[in-house]
Amino acid sequence: MWTVWTVWMVWMVCLVPTTSEALCTEDDGYKVRLSIKTALGGDAYEWNESEMFFFKATLAFAMRTYSGGEQYDVSNILVCDETLRVSFVFVVTKPSNTSELVPRTEVENAIKKSRHRINSAFLLTDQTLDFVGINPTLAAPIQYDTPPWLIAFGVVMGLVCAGIVALLVSTFLNKKRSKKSADEEEAGRGNGILCESIRGKDGLFNQGLVDDDRLTKL
Amino acid sequence: MKLKLPNPGLDDRIPSHTELEELQAGDRPQWDNKAQYMLTCVGFCVGLGNIWRFPYLCQSHGGGAFMIPFLLLLVLEGIPLLHLEFAVGQRLRKGSIGVWRSINPYLTGVGIASMLCSFVVGMYYNTIMAWVMWYFFNSFQDPLPWSQCPINDNKTGFVSECARSSPVDYFWYRETLNISTKIEDSGGLQWWMVLCLIAAWVVLWVCCIRGIETTGKAVYITSTLPYVVLTIFLIRGLTLKGSVSGIVYLFTPDVDELMNPSTWLDAGAQVLFSFSLAFGGLISFSSYNPVHNHCEKDAVIISIINGLTSIYSATVIYSIIGFRATEKYDDCLARNIMSLLNTFDLPEGNITESNYDEVFRTLNSTNPETIQRLNLTSCDMKTFLSEGVEGTGLAFIVFTEAITKMPISPLWSVLFFIMLFCLGLSTMFGNIEGCVVPLQDLNILPRTWPKEVFTGLTCLGSCLIALIFVQCSGNYWLALFDGFAASIPLLVIAFCEIIAVVYVYGIDRFNEDLKFMVGHKPNIFWQATWRVLSPLILLVILVFYFITTVSKKLTYIVWDPESPVFPTLAQVTYPDWISGIIFILAGIPCLAIPGVALFMFISKRCCKKDRHYMEESLNTISDKVPVSVATSD
Repeated sequence: MWTVWTVWMVWMVCLVPTTSEALCTEDDGYKVRLSIKTALGGDAYEWNESEMFFFKATLAFAMRTYSGGEQYDVSNILVCDETLRVSFVFVVTKPSNTSELVPRTEVENAIKKSRHRINSAFLLTDQTLDFVGINPTLAAPIQYDTPPWLIAFGVVMGLVCAGIVALLVSTFLNKKRSKKSADEEEAGRGNGILCESIRGKDGLFNQGLVDDDRLTKL
Repeated sequence: MKLKLPNPGLDDRIPSHTELEELQAGDRPQWDNKAQYMLTCVGFCVGLGNIWRFPYLCQSHGGGAFMIPFLLLLVLEGIPLLHLEFAVGQRLRKGSIGVWRSINPYLTGVGIASMLCSFVVGMYYNTIMAWVMWYFFNSFQDPLPWSQCPINDNKTGFVSECARSSPVDYFWYRETLNISTKIEDSGGLQWWMVLCLIAAWVVLWVCCIRGIETTGKAVYITSTLPYVVLTIFLIRGLTLKGSVSGIVYLFTPDVDELMNPSTWLDAGAQVLFSFSLAFGGLISFSSYNPVHNHCEKDAVIISIINGLTSIYSATVIYSIIGFRATEKYDDCLARNIMSLLNTFDLPEGNITESNYDEVFRTLNSTNPETIQRLNLTSCDMKTFLSEGVEGTGLAFIVFTEAITKMPISPLWSVLFFIMLFCLGLSTMFGNIEGCVVPLQDLNILPRTWPKEVFTGLTCLGSCLIALIFVQCSGNYWLALFDGFAASIPLLVIAFCEIIAVVYVYGIDRFNEDLKFMVGHKPNIFWQATWRVLSPLILLVILVFYFITTVSKKLTYIVWDPESPVFPTLAQVTYPDWISGIIFILAGIPCLAIPGVALFMFISKRCCKKDRHYMEESLNTISDKVPVSVATSD
């Protein structure tokens, strides 16, 4: 009895891994690459068994979310080809039948749907947690109702036009004012020269012609 | 050398020393204070060329060694010509046409050529201001629009043109210029550029609406702000990684370059264009000074400021370029390292920047085919440091890319484009002065019309013609104008100016004038440079420039996404009708000089009978009794 049981155990232990190995190929699954040191630098965590367990759990979560509640478990995620790079290949088996694989496209869609959650779980980004073959959907750039440049343009043009109007109005007012004072000084104009400009030059009062009237009043 | 060409009637056309002494302000504008005058001249001289032409010349002609020809030609060519223009303006108290007409009516063509050059250069220079304003308006958002590519229609990736080149290239060539593939494809007006062009001309008009009355106030900001911003960028640049490598690259001397004649030619041309000589603006500005202003000191001070500004801005620019080059190099290396790690499944941290070459060589020897298939780009710091660092490429591509890599990018972008705008605007003040004052002197429009009308009409006319530059092919037209309208005509005008003053006006009379204005006769340095050295240097530069321009093939570079060398700019030949346009641009100002002389000669001969005494030249002396007696012939 014991021997039968031992043989059966040995057979199970040997067979299960081989079966799972046979299922886990890159053609049926996806290769994953993590660049933890690039993403986190000094705060990088060590990649170990627990982290791998966490990754399997995250993938199971992604499959559950996509399939709408089907009971995926950590044991449904099979991993192989682990390297020191921190890269490995994984496949997903169906919870109902562990020897059948979930099609690639379903796995891809599940990952795309929960990509952000998977990235955040590992403190990585689309570039540092690389699912080879699954391209990240690009974030749409921010769309503005009014382009910001038009607002800046409007502000500058408003200020400048106000400045022009102010300057033109002040020129016009200055002209009116100077015209008024020029009209008042018209009397003081000789042959086109303003009296002020020749005032200090012995021209307005010609010293050459002595005003004799004052002295010779009899 | 007492060579002097005959010049009858000179004394009647210019105010004598006693008249200058008694001169009141009259209706000629005046500077409020000396600082305004100095700031305006510094602003006119210091322009975009100091930022994006001088650093490139410095770096490509042997770094620190380029200082030697530059400073030598600054002293022998720049300072004497500057002093000449200042002295002539201050003595004859007119704008460029008035001055040359006073010296000899046959030389009016020199003034007209200056006016045409000022007009054409002002037109395309303000288009660059429009581009600067566009980038300035677009800097008020985070992230900056040129930091990422737009996504294509089916959201699978970036727009192909952007993905193959870079986000900054795409933003410049596609979203700003919307450039066509050749100069014949006009492509129509780009509405956003038309708006920016109108904005640029309106801002210019508001600043120079009343001539120096308004520009004198504006220059307090436009001439000083660039220095503040340059200092801020220097401090910021020096704290960034890799900036010192840029400065070292700029100033590393290569003395062999001094043997190359094109180094000296470029240095001479740079000095001349950098000082904004021959535009007529400096003569105008100087004519508003009091008669006894010390123009010799002014010329030396402004030349030194201009030279030092060139060197200072080159340092700042290259510190930022060094930072950008280092970033690009690090990115390139990181990509290569990631490639190798992924292919050979090595743990992260095995390959770093320090052992990259070693590891690469080992891997290449063991797995050459795999390495070959990877197609790794080689990362070379020198290539990154020397790419696209001249002209609009520097400001709108290289520098904007560097800004996106700095933290708080919108702030640096706003500061940078404000600085460029101020630099360009203060230069435009001089250009407008060089257009408007001759226009007034020519008496085409009634003199009683206010200055606002003259400046407004000039701005409006230039804006309408500048619509050429906001089509899809606008950038190609601008490059054409820049290459031909602003180089040879200016050299010719500068040469004619110095010959006119020294040999037609007479160097003896000029020395006497300077003795009257400044207090002492100009010393042997000025005599030697004015009479012999400067004209000789100008002639040599002119001849060589002419030969190189005429002999080079008429090609230009285009942005063509279909071309095999994309994203590098492709070289294409101009269409045949371009030679006509080039002739109009470069030939007409040059031919205006002999043409107007001939016209005046012919009109003098055939209209000798009914010539009245010309009283125009006396009008500026406001308290002089106007002589309206007609002398019968």
